[in-house]
Formats: sequence, C-alpha cells, structure tokens
Amino acid sequence: MKTKFSIYRYNPDVDAKPYMQDYEIELEPSDKKLLDALMRLKSVDDSLNFRRSCREGVCGSDAMNINGKNGLACVTDVVDLKQPITLRPLPGMPVIRDLIVDMTQFFKQYHSIKPYVQNDEPAPQRERLQSPEERKELDGLYECILCACCSTSCPSFWWNPDKFVGPAGLLAAYRFLADTRDQATNERLDNLEDPYRLFRCHTIMNCVDVCPKELNPTRAIGKIKEMMIKRAV
Amino acid sequence: MAVTVRQFDAVIVGGGGAGLRAALQLSEAGLKTVVLSKVFPTRSHTVAAQGGISAALGNVQEDKWEWHMYDTVKGSDWLGDQDAIEFMTRNAIDAVIELEHFGMPFDRVDSGRIYQRPFGGHTANFGKTPVQRACAAADRTGHAMLHTLYQRNVRAKTQFFVEWMALDLIRDSEGDVVGVTALEMETGEIMVLHAKAVLFATGGSGRIFAASTNAFINTGDGLGMCARAGIPLEDMEFWQFHPTGVAGAGVLITEGVRGEGGILLNANGERFMERYAPNLKDLAPRDFVSRCMALEVLEGRGCGKEKDHVLLKLDHLGPDIIKQRLPSIREIAIKFAGVDPIKEPIPVIPTCHYQMGGIPTNYLGEVITPQGDNPEVRVNGFYAAGECACTSVHGANRLGTNSLLDLVVFGKSAGNSMIDFIRKERPTHKPLPENAADFSLARVNRIDTQTNGEDVSAVRTAMQKVVQARAGVFRTDKNLALGVTEIKEVAERAKRTQIKDKSKVFNMARVEALEMENLIEVAVATLISAEARKESRGAHAHDDYPNRDDENWMKHTLFDSASRTLSYKPVHTKPLSVEYIPPKERTF
Repeated sequence: MKTKFSIYRYNPDVDAKPYMQDYEIELEPSDKKLLDALMRLKSVDDSLNFRRSCREGVCGSDAMNINGKNGLACVTDVVDLKQPITLRPLPGMPVIRDLIVDMTQFFKQYHSIKPYVQNDEPAPQRERLQSPEERKELDGLYECILCACCSTSCPSFWWNPDKFVGPAGLLAAYRFLADTRDQATNERLDNLEDPYRLFRCHTIMNCVDVCPKELNPTRAIGKIKEMMIKRAV
Repeated sequence: MAVTVRQFDAVIVGGGGAGLRAALQLSEAGLKTVVLSKVFPTRSHTVAAQGGISAALGNVQEDKWEWHMYDTVKGSDWLGDQDAIEFMTRNAIDAVIELEHFGMPFDRVDSGRIYQRPFGGHTANFGKTPVQRACAAADRTGHAMLHTLYQRNVRAKTQFFVEWMALDLIRDSEGDVVGVTALEMETGEIMVLHAKAVLFATGGSGRIFAASTNAFINTGDGLGMCARAGIPLEDMEFWQFHPTGVAGAGVLITEGVRGEGGILLNANGERFMERYAPNLKDLAPRDFVSRCMALEVLEGRGCGKEKDHVLLKLDHLGPDIIKQRLPSIREIAIKFAGVDPIKEPIPVIPTCHYQMGGIPTNYLGEVITPQGDNPEVRVNGFYAAGECACTSVHGANRLGTNSLLDLVVFGKSAGNSMIDFIRKERPTHKPLPENAADFSLARVNRIDTQTNGEDVSAVRTAMQKVVQARAGVFRTDKNLALGVTEIKEVAERAKRTQIKDKSKVFNMARVEALEMENLIEVAVATLISAEARKESRGAHAHDDYPNRDDENWMKHTLFDSASRTLSYKPVHTKPLSVEYIPPKERTF
C-alpha cells in the first residue's frame, strides 16, 4: 500500500518561496519509522533534505513538525500517522532548506545560561562527592538532547526568541542550579531575573507535551521561580 | 579557481568525544583552534554510548590499573600495543575523575563516589573474578560525557564550524600535513583551512555494514581522506560485532544490561553462555559472546519464527533496577523491538558496532607511517584520536567501556602533543602547496557532472551487502576471496556515482556522494586485509584457520589504498614501565 506525504519544500537556490510537495511512495516492510520513510523518499528524490544521524532518539538531529506536532522522525512510527503525513520544519525558526532550520538563536540561548558546572574551589584528588539522593536531583534534567522540539513549540519563544531563554535553555539552567557541585547559584539566578529571560514562560506546557525524552521543562522553570522567591525573602 | 583560505593554529576534524577533549586542551592553551563537525557536536556518535567508561577507581570492589591493563591486552587477543594500553589504563583514573570535575553526571554509590557496574571481560586479579569497573551515568554514559565535554568547550570559548565536512588532507612536497579542504554545507562553498597541526577525530565507519549500531554519519571520512593522501590504514580486518543489537533494527542494547544481571537465552530457554564461558558466562568479551550466539543460531537453537536471533532476558532484575539503571534500554526496547523488558525478553543479534583498526598512531596521538626500514615514522603536523585511530589499544577486539576511555585519554594526549609541536617545531605556518584545493574541487566536480552513473544509494546498498555477507562474524577463505572480487567491482561503480540535485545550499545528496567515496575505501581495505590474515584472532574468526597463530600473525596489517597492497609491522610488546604480558590461550 502506498503512503502519502505532504512535505514543506524550500531551496533558496531556485525557489522564490516555500511550497508543499505531495509524495506517494510504496514503503518496504522494514520502513517502520518516519525517518526510514524519509530515507526511502530521498532515494527517489535526492533533492529532499533533512538532518539525521543516530536514528535512535539520542542525537536530536531529526526534529521536525509532524502532522502539526514537533517530534523526532526516528522514533515516530509511520503506521500511527494520519495521511497525508504532513511534515514541516520546526516552527518559528528561519528555514535554511526544506526541513532544515537555522538553530543559531536556540543555541545562543542555551549558551547564555552558562551550561557548565562552576566551582572555583581547587579540585580534589578524587571525586567531588555527591550522594545518590543529590545525584537523583539531576534526573529528568541532564538527559536533554537539544533537539529544540520544546522551544520551537513554545509561543513565548516564537515571539521573543532573542529575549526568552526558552524551555530547553531553562531546563539546562535548572540542571546546573540543582547540581550540588555548582557554586554559581546567585549568578545563575541574577542572569535569569528579567521580565523576559525566565518570566515569559506562561506555563502553556507545549514543551512537556512534545518532549521526545519525556522531560518536563515547565517543572524545572517552576523550580527556578521557587528558588528566586526563596532568595527574595 | 580562487578558494578562500583561513588560518588556524590547530584544525580538529570531528566534534565527538576525542575531538572535543583535544579541543579543550588546545583552547585552554590559548591556541587558535577550530573544530569542524558534520553535525552539531552533541549529535556526534559518542552520544550513543551507553554502558560506561572504564577506570580502576575501586569504588565498589578493589581494583588496580594493572588488572585493567591485563584485561585489555587479553581482550585485544594480544594484538594491542602494550605501551599504549599501559598509557590508557594508567591514565584512566585521572581521566574519569577529570570528567567528574567537569560536571559529568555520573551515578553515585552511597559513599558519594562514582557508581561502577560489571562489564564484559572486566576482571580482578588477572582474570580471576569479575570486577565492577565501568563508571556509569545510568545507560546514557556517552550522552552525559559528550554533553559535558561540549559544555566545557563552551566555557573555554572553543570555535566551532558546525555542519562542515572535511574533504581532503593537504600535504606538502615533504609529506607534512598543512591543512584540510572542507565543504561548508549551508553555503556549498569549499575552503582551505591552513593549519600548523591537524587532528582527525572523525570516528568510525560502521556504515560499511548493512546491519550496524552506528549512526548515519559514521562514514569513515578520516580514513577515506588518509587513504587518498597515501597514509595506510591499519588492522582494518578487525570489526567488533556487538552481541546485543536489536534484531532487525540494529539499535544497540548495552552490555551493561548483562552487567546488571541480564542473561542470554536460546530457543530452549537455556542460558547457553554457561556452556561456553563457565567463569565469566554472559560477561565474556564481545567477540566471544557474539560467536557463541551465532553458533546457537547456526545449530538451530535460534528464537522466533525464523530462528534467527536469541533473547536477552532482564525482567528478573525487577522494575526498579530497570527504571533506575537502564531507563534508555527500556525506551529502546519498547520503541524498536516492541517489547517492554520489565515483562518480556529483547530479541537480539550480533551487530557491527566498532572499528578496531584505523589511522596508524602512537600513544602520543601522532600519525605514524612506514618509511624504508622504519615502520613508524611520524607524519609532521598530523594527529588522530578516537575510533578513527588505531593506537592500538583495542587490538583484535575492544573491551566494552574502553572506547569512551580511549576518546578522553588519547584526545587529551593528542592535544598535548599538538601544543608541543606547534610551540617547539612549527611556530609559523608552513606554506600551502599551490592549488591546494584542486584535488577536492575535482572530486566534487566529478560528482556534479557525472552522467550515465548510478545513484549513491544503490552503490551504497551494494557495498553494504558485500561487506555484510563476506566479512561477518564467521569468515572463510572462499567467502573472503569472493568478497575481495565483489568489493572491487563495487569500487568501480563507486567511481561513477551520480546525483540529480546540483544545488549549493545544504545539499545532502552531494554530502552522501562524498561520504560514499570514504566508505568504499574502508570497505576495500576491510576485505583485502581480512582475506590475507590466515588465522583467528579476536573479532577475526576464520573457519579455515580456527586458531591464533602468534608465530606468523602477531603483527599489525597496513593497507595501502593506491596499490591495494598490504604490509605488516610488529606489535609493541614493550610496555612503558611494567612487565610484558606474554600471550596465552584466551578462555573465560
């Protein structure tokens, strides 16, 4: 049976503007995931472009808008998708070509929260000790794959991608705030205390809905807000 | 044609664990460094490593780096260079502690120290009993390590050229490496990066096989560039088949599952590894377990309708351990095998996983090639680290968790060697040869103008079929000889690949055509090297020569691409400070 697709196409070399292209293709039984189907399509039309690498949901390359919802092509089952399967680039980002977006702004926000442990004390000979309970605080935070499904589903990020850190960046911010080895709590909170950087989150929770790793940026954002309140009193 | 030239002290090709660790060293030393990566660095294949990174920390049980060294030598089936193995295992402890200080989110034991789990071939007291040596961040150790290294490079303000593909090495008339040509994917522009020192950290080439745990980007780009630049490829017959790839999907299931207590079952429900390896059982090294699994299937004890796989059972670990220690495995099993391992076993088969061979290097990260009577002459200005390099610490078979260790130990070592070289031997750039980009421009032009050729995907599929069928878990003279003939035919077809899309911007068809030129170099090297080795050693299991032959074959293979001929060089038997570990029979 043939599978129908409608895919966003744009090649700045030749197209004045983007358009949706229809495809109909016979998939092989081994083409279970959407990424398999896209590879099959590319073997027929080599001008169709998308990012891909690990094909198992850990590298975060193949995030796209699938039937209106952001997700990773490599972990999405084709059979579960209503046809025509409509594929668009991640919303709100400049499109480079077809399903490939320019993620500069997304990474700029990630970098802006200083995503590394800050600790000025001389490093000990062995580990900086951390109890299993303290380490557990990082679960649900460190697993982010920077696919940008969350931030590009967030209306606040669409409106202010230059000012609002966005769910992915804020999840990372809390990952370092929650790490007992990090000493920069105050600087980190100062960095976010701003009408836009943190407080543009209106708990719409699209981020939670789309995260392919089932992480919860909204909860992390709530925790940062709690830390700010605690600091203020 | 005028090509833009950009100058750096150091150019690093590859943004995975080895490239990022080296970059950190160079950036922090204040050298003008750039890291080229085909993908955003955290999308490099290091991210997919699961089970752990080995170091004799002794956090759970007594452990010594000497035992780790012994296991690695034995695991390598005595093809590993013992000076490099000593260097790696001795530096492992500091390397892992350093990652912890960088902020890597390792799991912890009650004392607050790093959690360590058992793994294949990890033993105490020189092979006596299993030991917990694999330092783990759940089953996402590679992800945790790669992100931590990237984050540390953000702190060090390392410069990245993201979504750039290196095309060719630039060597001058003396053979020194003075830069690379590279394609900026977003614009389609080809540039020359002029450097005092170049590091290849380009990863593996597992995509030469039809069934592989490797990411799509693992196309042997560094090996292809070396082959075209007259640098031989070492030990390319040695490919690791990981025992537990998800049957049909190829996705990796970590050995950490068996480390936590998972077991392999055949169709009779028998824990067959007890028969083959009474001591280490399911935790024997990977080459050994893969062969046992293949034997079970060959002898009719495979599972499923086609009797073509075995089962990995872990439900007896209980939901808590599975959710806490193996959460991603559960996710993968549900998504790619359609089973929840809390209730059902996972169907698994041996799957191509890791390239033990690669660019010949020493433990300093220097690339070394034969010249006259000397088998190991340094190529000035050229370094390699990680899976693309053959150092050789893994010899004929890598131990689980030694790959992540290899990346950080030799990434750092290569970085330090480059700093020394730049400061002491190459304070100013050596001039570029004239028309340094012509070779690359001609290759791209060939692809863009080819007519009456074949689609890249068709040639790639043909190559993968040959390698899969002829260079698998068990090898025979007849099969390998056929494989050599067949792969040479595919190599002819690969010279005439063609693409329909000729546009500039983010043209992945062109990138895939360029990757194909690298893959085919690796595939040819693999078949020719494997066909010549008339013994069984590590991952090279030869039915016609079932025994290891130290007298004739304890030596490294070197494959020269231009002549398609082989030469050999001795294994380093002299460690740096400890006693030589002499060969003995490998039983588990």
